[in-house]
Amino acid sequence: MAFDELKKAKSDWQAGIEATLAKRPERRKQFETISGLPLERSYTPDNLEELDYFRDLGFPGEFPFTRGVQPTMYRGRFWTMRQYAGFATAEESNQRYKYLLGQGQTGLSVAFDLPTQIGFDSDNEISIGEVGKVGVAIDSMADMETLFDGIPLDKVSTSMTINAPASVLLAMYIGVAEKQGVSRDKLAGTIQNDILKEYAARGTYIFPPQPSMRVITDIFEFCSKEVPKWNTISISGYHIREAGSTAVQEVAFTLADGIAYVDAAVKAGLDVDDFAPRLSFFFNSHLDFLEEVAKYRAARRLWARIMKERFGAKDPRSMMLRFHTQTAGCTLTAQQPKNNIVRVAFQALAAVLGGTQSLHTNSMDEALSLPTEEAVSIALRTQQIIAYETGVAETVDPLAGSYLVEDLTNRIEAQARDYIERIDRMGGAVAAVENGFIQREIQESAYRYQKAVEAGERVVVGINKFQTENETGMEVLRVDPAVREQQAARLAKLRQDRDAWAVDRALVVLKETAASERNLMPSIIDAVKVYATLGEICDTLRSVFGEYEAPVTI
Amino acid sequence: MTNERKIRVLAAKPGLDGHDRGIKIICQALRDAGMEVVYTGLRQTPAQIVNAAIQEDVDVIAMSVLSGAHDYLFPKVMDLLREKGVDDVLVIGGGIIPESDVPPLKVAGIAEIFGPGTYTRDIVEYIRGNVKRSAA
Repeated sequence: MAFDELKKAKSDWQAGIEATLAKRPERRKQFETISGLPLERSYTPDNLEELDYFRDLGFPGEFPFTRGVQPTMYRGRFWTMRQYAGFATAEESNQRYKYLLGQGQTGLSVAFDLPTQIGFDSDNEISIGEVGKVGVAIDSMADMETLFDGIPLDKVSTSMTINAPASVLLAMYIGVAEKQGVSRDKLAGTIQNDILKEYAARGTYIFPPQPSMRVITDIFEFCSKEVPKWNTISISGYHIREAGSTAVQEVAFTLADGIAYVDAAVKAGLDVDDFAPRLSFFFNSHLDFLEEVAKYRAARRLWARIMKERFGAKDPRSMMLRFHTQTAGCTLTAQQPKNNIVRVAFQALAAVLGGTQSLHTNSMDEALSLPTEEAVSIALRTQQIIAYETGVAETVDPLAGSYLVEDLTNRIEAQARDYIERIDRMGGAVAAVENGFIQREIQESAYRYQKAVEAGERVVVGINKFQTENETGMEVLRVDPAVREQQAARLAKLRQDRDAWAVDRALVVLKETAASERNLMPSIIDAVKVYATLGEICDTLRSVFGEYEAPVTI
Repeated sequence: MTNERKIRVLAAKPGLDGHDRGIKIICQALRDAGMEVVYTGLRQTPAQIVNAAIQEDVDVIAMSVLSGAHDYLFPKVMDLLREKGVDDVLVIGGGIIPESDVPPLKVAGIAEIFGPGTYTRDIVEYIRGNVKRSAA
């Protein structure tokens, strides 16, 4: 088709509707995505004039992987339905995991409480009020043994949302597996292990950037030899988006973080194709349906190009952006909470149409508290309905070729690339976090969004339109405050029963290793096996590495 | 033009929670409304917050917790304020706070709780209408 002819016809058509517009104006002067990408009235083939099928799309499972990382995608196997869960004690979380597996969930996803995520034991004073609240409290390998009791670690894959102390929790997982008689090479799962977004958006950092990057590189190296099926990192845009970024910023900052990790590992002497196939990603699924579908496709294509062109990767698996998705917690409303079921369903559908490898669907009550069992069950059923009933999983990348989706994919990739170039000029993602650039970009977008909602320019059903009075209260899940006392008692007993000499020795070796350039993983594994606590191990590392002091960016 | 003292606010994140989108939006909105805002950053103990409030001579403490630890942390801040003899600071809170937790927090002395979906202008108005110290 001649684009000139089409362009002329299109401008004639636009001119022809001026009269209609004069009589019946459109709802807005300008239309745009939730992230502010301008939208035309209608998209036509000339919007894709520059698109080259083989260069930009290719076939599913082939470079640049725009259409998906596997050739058959969900025709082979559905995405992993993986609900993030965990609260209170290891016993209670273990019950919830068994329940979820019994309901047809196909992978585990462990939520840890904040003291665990920041490397404090439950009996530390700073932990008061937080123990068992946003996840399960894990103080030592003994808790980890309870957490996975009766769950065969060679049969499930386990994702752990743990960052600064990821090495310690991975070591505990390996230790528990050994006790179950499962060797390291059989273990499948993920540690989030993405410290850069903790500095930028999530806040559970411990050590400064340089030693943190070293620990991450140690994990890459150790796992490439010892735990080959483990995803050593989940480079996360999820929390960047939750903190208020746009879709473009989510892609840009996440991939910039990815570049920093690959750079650090390559500088440490690792071969890119030895570790890059185990890198994984984690994205948000927000409200703007088509923009989100395009976002995943753009991220996949951009990462493939970066790995090939910038890092000279040869193994196609190094170029594949495999990702987990969670629906956007920040879009859930505390008002009319049942509406959230519908929001989550659309967001989940976008993730599936975008080719996600695994998915967490939020529960309707998460703007109120941790989810109840009923709410979690509806969220999981939502995924099952998409998979088994809607038909969208029967063909690969079904929205490819949509003029709009391809155009958005192009624009998101191009704008994310521009951001990455800016970050490169600052010295990379570590520098861009230390100087506060990424934080400021995110908070400006967040404030702009809030103002648009308050001005009524952006409608949130139940908040600034279609409100109802006298809402009935929902039943919420409560964590018993006695959890802290229970954990403290367990810790006291553990400290009494364990071999104190072995613990001391393990911590001394750990400290020496931390001060050297040797890989930290073996000495962390030795320490957890003699039941050194998470807090003791992290304190030992703090004594060598120091602690991160966040710049205040507002 | 009056020489009215600007309302001074300490925006604080008690506990270990890292969710700071909300508190940063509050900081920007209160500044846009003409208030002076000092933000503590993450991971503040109740004692640090109370000390900062006294040092900065604030009229308002606005705290945000999304981890569920509000039930311990908010009352603890109130206890420490009372210990230090501070009774003229307006203390408000926000975050993921179940409705049934609000009455006990108010009994503890938290003046108001603002949940998800609150407009920043409502918080501005609330502060202006309820600040305890007379702006002199």
